[in-house]
Amino acid sequence: MNYLQGSAIVSNVSTHKSGFPNPLRWIGASVLGLFAEIGRLSVFSARVKLAAFTPRWFWGEIWRQMIRIGFYSFPVVGMSAVFIGAALALNIYTGGSRYGAEQFVPNIVVLGITRELGAVITGLMLAGRVSAGISAEIGAMRVTEQIDALETLSASPYRYLYAPRFLAALITLPILVAASDIIGVMGGWLVSVYSLGFDSTTYLRNTLDFVTTEDIIVGLIKAVVFGGVIALMGCYQGDRSQAGATGVGRAATLSMVGAAVLVLASNYVMSNLFVEIGL
Amino acid sequence: MTQPILKLEGVVKSFGRNEVLRGVDIDVAPGQSLVVIGGSGSGKSVMLKNALGLMTPDAGKVFFDGHDVTQSKGKTRERMRARVGMLFQSGALFDSLTVWENVAFRLIHADGVKRRDAKERALATLKKVRLGSDVAGLYPAEISGGMQKRVSLARSIISEPDLIFFDEPTTGLDPITADAINDLIIEQVRSLGAATVSITHDMASARKIADEVAMLFEGKIIWRGKASDVDHSGNEYVDQFVHGRADGPIQPAI
Repeated sequence: MNYLQGSAIVSNVSTHKSGFPNPLRWIGASVLGLFAEIGRLSVFSARVKLAAFTPRWFWGEIWRQMIRIGFYSFPVVGMSAVFIGAALALNIYTGGSRYGAEQFVPNIVVLGITRELGAVITGLMLAGRVSAGISAEIGAMRVTEQIDALETLSASPYRYLYAPRFLAALITLPILVAASDIIGVMGGWLVSVYSLGFDSTTYLRNTLDFVTTEDIIVGLIKAVVFGGVIALMGCYQGDRSQAGATGVGRAATLSMVGAAVLVLASNYVMSNLFVEIGL
Repeated sequence: MTQPILKLEGVVKSFGRNEVLRGVDIDVAPGQSLVVIGGSGSGKSVMLKNALGLMTPDAGKVFFDGHDVTQSKGKTRERMRARVGMLFQSGALFDSLTVWENVAFRLIHADGVKRRDAKERALATLKKVRLGSDVAGLYPAEISGGMQKRVSLARSIISEPDLIFFDEPTTGLDPITADAINDLIIEQVRSLGAATVSITHDMASARKIADEVAMLFEGKIIWRGKASDVDHSGNEYVDQFVHGRADGPIQPAI
């Protein structure tokens, strides 16, 4: 049970005579709180991964979560991808026309979508829709003692609740990103053909000739990592949820913000790594 | 002397600087019904969670059927929990599962019973708590608070445990429904021959279901005696609590 939260360490810092917190103690407590939080998240992640990759698996739960995370996210991911692809094409055309390089629109759209935007946009949309949803659901279960009840009924919440969500996110995110890539490219094609005057066949041929298998794999690898981050943050914040509607709401907010920041940070780290290894 | 099914020995539990349990000593014999009374915030639920293994004591020991289970995990803990039932204050029914799936949860997910067989046993257990098969397919949100308590009771007894914990079994119920729940608890516990540990501040419930009553105050058991003695315990704390007086050594929690 998590009665002493990391933030409590910060809030316990004594105040200076002037009424303001002693800055040195505040910084010290914040750093300690941050390390404590990282430690707790690491232990939690390790336990979820252990439960996810060792038997026993609750296949019914994994399937249900795949439907919730994957199938029901498809409309929002598709809508986001088509608009991002369309806007990207317009901006590349505007920038490219300054150097007479308008013909590179299909190349840059497909590269940007497959290597970067398809995965990142899907990750960010799911950080909001899925991570916050998981966190609110698990938080409500925590405060209504349903997670305690699971334990008394000899079912580990790591195996029954967290591992199925983690596995479902790992499986469905690459599928969503693949769909997002296709829809995003088509968004760029729509604008290019019907607004910017590109020839449809030439645009599609340029797209297919330019994109490589490696570009697509890079996006899919990122998707797997984002799936893990999104599910873990949702489960972690939900598990640590405090009592009451405020506690559950705060957990949902923290999970969404945490997942979004981690998606962007891990995206940069992976992009850097892929550039280093020439992928 | 019969070996207690549950024994807490000097159990201490703190949250930060807040020392909730300050050395709780208590034991329950097989088949005995012990009710622990105490005011709000006296540590009753924390005591129960330490006994169940949902929390680990800072100091002291918890014995189940003579075995030290204080730090036990994995299979040892599973073996203990297979013999224990729990009715939570809120019912703690799983929102996403139907009534019968809630009742049969342990059978399906821990005992490996086939769904069809588990459903039959769940329906039979629901019948024991006066619930018909018409509610079996409903979700917890679709039934009343009293029915939820009965479903939770059915879930706690389906595996025929040796020890059942009841956390405020009648809280939030009207007096008639509360009395019906008390009757069901007595009936089912007697038919199972199980020991029970109940925590409550409902004295009508305590008088009805208890063989013995213990009072928890400021993290310690300050009195224990037969249920019939609770009205003339000779302990001023117990007297004040039992008669619900604001004046006395216990300060109201406001």
